Amino acid sequence: MKKTVDALGKVCPVPVIKAEQAAKELGGAGEVEVFVDNKTAVENLKKLAAQKGFEASSENMATGIYRVSLAVSEEAYQKLQQGEEEVAACEVAGAGEKKTVVVISSDRMGEGNDELGKVLIKGFIFAISEQEKLPDTMLFYNGGAKLTCNGSDSLEDIRSLEAAGVNVMTCGTCLNHYGLTEELAVGTVTNMYVIAETMTGADLIVKP
Amino acid sequence: MEEKLFCKTGGCGAKLGPKKLSKVLSLLDKKNDPNLLVGFDHSDDAAVYRVADDLAIVHTLDFFPPMVEDPYTFGQIAAANALSDIYAMGGDVTTALNIVCFPDEMDLNILGKIMMGGNDKVIEAGGVIAGGHSINDTDVKYGLSVTGRVHPDKLLRNNGAIPGDTLILTKPLGIGIVTSAKRVGQVSDEAFDMAVKSMTTLNKYASEIIRKYDVHACTDVTGFSLLGHLMEMVGGEVSANIISADVPRIRGAVRYAENFMITAAGQRNRNFVDDNVEFHGVPFGMEELLFDPQTSGGLLIALPREEAYSALEEIKKIGLPCGIVGSITERKEKAIDVF
Repeated sequence: MKKTVDALGKVCPVPVIKAEQAAKELGGAGEVEVFVDNKTAVENLKKLAAQKGFEASSENMATGIYRVSLAVSEEAYQKLQQGEEEVAACEVAGAGEKKTVVVISSDRMGEGNDELGKVLIKGFIFAISEQEKLPDTMLFYNGGAKLTCNGSDSLEDIRSLEAAGVNVMTCGTCLNHYGLTEELAVGTVTNMYVIAETMTGADLIVKP
Repeated sequence: MEEKLFCKTGGCGAKLGPKKLSKVLSLLDKKNDPNLLVGFDHSDDAAVYRVADDLAIVHTLDFFPPMVEDPYTFGQIAAANALSDIYAMGGDVTTALNIVCFPDEMDLNILGKIMMGGNDKVIEAGGVIAGGHSINDTDVKYGLSVTGRVHPDKLLRNNGAIPGDTLILTKPLGIGIVTSAKRVGQVSDEAFDMAVKSMTTLNKYASEIIRKYDVHACTDVTGFSLLGHLMEMVGGEVSANIISADVPRIRGAVRYAENFMITAAGQRNRNFVDDNVEFHGVPFGMEELLFDPQTSGGLLIALPREEAYSALEEIKKIGLPCGIVGSITERKEKAIDVF
């Protein structure tokens, strides 16, 4: 099936919204053809295509007339119908391997004596690195962010974990807060979106 | 007759793209005048001219088509936006002139309300409207030419940030996205009300607070988006990290962007920064928020980390979402990394 959207003279977001609506009404795989009058609208339509998994192509028909073709596959059409949340839920449920995430939220382990707490966290990270099944991801935030930075006693252990394939991520907000942005010595910087997504997608969260 | 304005793509979203603009400006001859303390060579917010050792004049003008339907609110927003450039330079407002484009056949009461909104904001700013100029035009446009004063040593420039500085943003992002969603009737009242509250709030209050601190750089975030204006701030000398999850934003704005309530101006901003910005695991809607053109947006301030938290505590009292959004680093491969 093919649908045509005439969006000449329409300013964003109207062409994009109309194009998405037309794709939803295709009834299956098909093509949405959109006419717009400026290049920026073409670029915004291509962003829509990239996000929704459509194949996009465009041509400049005449001065001020662009034709954008969006090829919608059966799979992309189904995704549009289901809504993205459900798709995400299916993907998580379908994943075979159990995902383990270790969350380090302090540079100390347990409460009581701070000096002892520092010895314990170092021991914990070392012990993790010696486990038969390593975690998929280690998240470091708040005081934990200090452990992935220069000057940390655990750097060597965390580096060996990363070398073994563990995804090591440190909270950027925290590095910023402690003035450690330039001091990160292992792994990558992350944000609260990824932290929330990683933790909600985990089968097992280990938090010392 | 219903007194509503017709909104196409108003506010700072109606600006010419930064890419086009810098191309044209680079072709102009520049006259060297030592008293011109700030011209357009650093894409700063306003022009500053020294008239005495202890006094400089700040000049700016800004006008645009409506982005809200209520004429009085539009007048307030257009004025707050024009006045903002004076505050971004650390100055105080003295006088303002009205700039008016208005269709001859339209109800004059509408124009009256627009100018009433503008006048009220100029009074709130401590200034006075001293005149203006009007043109018969097909579409409504309104704004101000504003004059302010500042001590030459107290100027807040948009460049001068140094590695280690913390970045504060004093208003929430998402104005372009929310007004865009409003045009297609898909916005919550809560989000739209926050957008209007933010746009009509003068940057006077934030500016007066930050003058007490050791501010290295300051600009107001308007049509070129947070990343566009930050690009101007870092120049070629330093780089910046932005922590996207920490960026103050209108509740719902990221979701609207995920649903493609986006603007042409946002895409032009994306084209402008091009490969100078690298995103690290940032969701699409958040990327769009960072490219979103703001009308009467907040101040973006670079200051030492030790001072940032107490400055932020004071800025919070203005009553808008605000926060620490990142930091300045040594020059890296990219001008801006977004995490």
